[in-house]
Amino acid sequence: MGKSLYDKVWEAHEVERMADGRSQLFIGVHLIHEVTSPQAFGMLKDRNLSVAYPGRTFATVDHIVPTHSQERPFLDPLAEEMIQALDENTVAHAIKYYGIGSGYQGIIHVVGPELGLTQPGTTVVCGDSHTATHGAFGAVAFGIGTSQVRDVLATQTLLLEKLKVRKIQLNGRLQPGVTAKDVALHVIGLLGAKGGQGFAYEYAGSVVEHMSMEERMTLCNMSIEGGARSGYCNPDAKTCAYLKDRKHSPKGLDFLKSQRHWLSWASDDDAIYADTVELDGNTIQPTVTWGVSPDQVVGVDGVIPASASDDVIDYMGLRKGARIKETKVDVAFIGSCTNGRLSDFESVAPLIRGQRVKAGVRALAVPGSEAVDRKAQETGIATIFKDAGFEWRKPGCSMCLAMNPDKLVGDELCASSSNRNFKGRQGSARGRTMLMSPLTVAASALRGHVSDPREVFGL
Amino acid sequence: MSVIESIAGYGLPLFGDNIDTDQIIPGRFLKCVTFDSLAEGLFYDSRFESNGNAKAHPMNTPKYEDASILITGNNFGCGSSREHAPQALQKSGFKAIIAGSFAEIFFGNCTTLGIPCVTMEEGFRLELMAQVESNSTEHVKISLEELVVKFGEWMWPISMKESARLAFLKGSFDPLSELLSRRAKVESLEQQLPHVWDLS
Repeated sequence: MGKSLYDKVWEAHEVERMADGRSQLFIGVHLIHEVTSPQAFGMLKDRNLSVAYPGRTFATVDHIVPTHSQERPFLDPLAEEMIQALDENTVAHAIKYYGIGSGYQGIIHVVGPELGLTQPGTTVVCGDSHTATHGAFGAVAFGIGTSQVRDVLATQTLLLEKLKVRKIQLNGRLQPGVTAKDVALHVIGLLGAKGGQGFAYEYAGSVVEHMSMEERMTLCNMSIEGGARSGYCNPDAKTCAYLKDRKHSPKGLDFLKSQRHWLSWASDDDAIYADTVELDGNTIQPTVTWGVSPDQVVGVDGVIPASASDDVIDYMGLRKGARIKETKVDVAFIGSCTNGRLSDFESVAPLIRGQRVKAGVRALAVPGSEAVDRKAQETGIATIFKDAGFEWRKPGCSMCLAMNPDKLVGDELCASSSNRNFKGRQGSARGRTMLMSPLTVAASALRGHVSDPREVFGL
Repeated sequence: MSVIESIAGYGLPLFGDNIDTDQIIPGRFLKCVTFDSLAEGLFYDSRFESNGNAKAHPMNTPKYEDASILITGNNFGCGSSREHAPQALQKSGFKAIIAGSFAEIFFGNCTTLGIPCVTMEEGFRLELMAQVESNSTEHVKISLEELVVKFGEWMWPISMKESARLAFLKGSFDPLSELLSRRAKVESLEQQLPHVWDLS
């Protein structure tokens, strides 16, 4: 019987199978940041433990960094205290740390792949639920809590229950103006915010095969929004090409050897899945959330459903049956671990060249890493965004969550390329978030209301 | 480590599904290097207006002041993996959670911290919540051994993932000692894995 990638990676990394069915699993790559690691280092200290495999943990700083000026000390003393703790912990435990100005700092799920840390067939964990992003490379990647960060630091292993695998077969091709983000939102809308509980998602089919590595990262990134702790794509030639010449990728003969084993982790043709869902990529529309849970989605041409609950409608200030396209936008945000990569800005830049963000809309473009920022500056992309009326910021998580100065005010409504539309997520208890692709954010920013990128940009 | 066979305490009913970790502890309260002072942020935006005035919320209701068992809806704890959420609940005195279902990462985080998360069918759960609302000075008693919740004369069935239940009954819900016990085996597995990183 064939095996899925998930089964193969799990078996290769299993240290021990417990009597209760759980496994002690070896972790190939551990990524840490300033929010969920300081307490874990504290727990190690309390128990007088050291870091078992410091060469397998990598750090950067992302959640709390201001995106305006990143000069130290930060104006926010709490943020400064957190970054200092990371500075100290990485030095004390000899952990590689890509801090501000290193040329590699950024959102951890943008930086890991850029550095070549994420490889097919390895296990990747981070104290952050969007760790499934790394599954785009055919890694088994998932978010963990701080006590588990402690476990990985102390032992490079975790005690885990194996997930079932659901294959999401995406057939056909995406239409112009439809992106990986739309696919992710569409899948979550279909299967529900908790539909993936107990599952790892394998994204497969011609839609995924045609996606770039960065699009696959966007797709895998949102797995947790559908309740799936992990999500992945099978490695192929694109995966290997992406990894060539990355800072921490194997070089020379090691790279050639690695390519062979990387491809061998892919699911077998006759792999057994606990469940399979087939979707037609041709019919997926640019998709937008209208509510406060990521499964509350509608095509950009659609209307707010009559079945919507009254308290959500009240919170969002919407009307049942109203076209989502009529919704006025106060803030536009392109960035985050979902959509803050170079290709996200590259895809938008030619479309907004020479145009202006609607007066009254605050528009932010926040590169996911120093590397993304550097390339966007070199190629003139950053200038195009600035000329169109976007603020071009420094790298960080920014307005995806409320841990740095980038926040919504009052009941502002944000057209956002981020990943969560929970109440208060973007920093104001009454703030409203509509999740959508960078193309749809850009179209909405230009028009001042939620807009169809196919219409605005003639796609 | 201590064994957890049963939990008894006053209940607090919190209605609603998909209560996410951003609601349990809003992002701005995550700016900390220890978990010590998280309790003040618990459900902050649901409990208080932006000017600090208290809203109507069960956690602002005097009769639930000493509650230690949270009773809530489906998909509780969805969203972020932040352990700050269960830590904030624990630091606020909560010892167990009864819900329709739990998000996975949240469930795992709670288990490691010794907070049993048990699931209960909606019909039973609504009965329990109604009972607690009408009599907040009666203990809710959760038995992980019998998999039931008792309240006065009432008794309802609950369920829990068996591996987690056994971990509580055996007192092995914090896995670190177990993980530390296989250093040699971990080392030999690391040697076998084919992945190479250029760390030069």
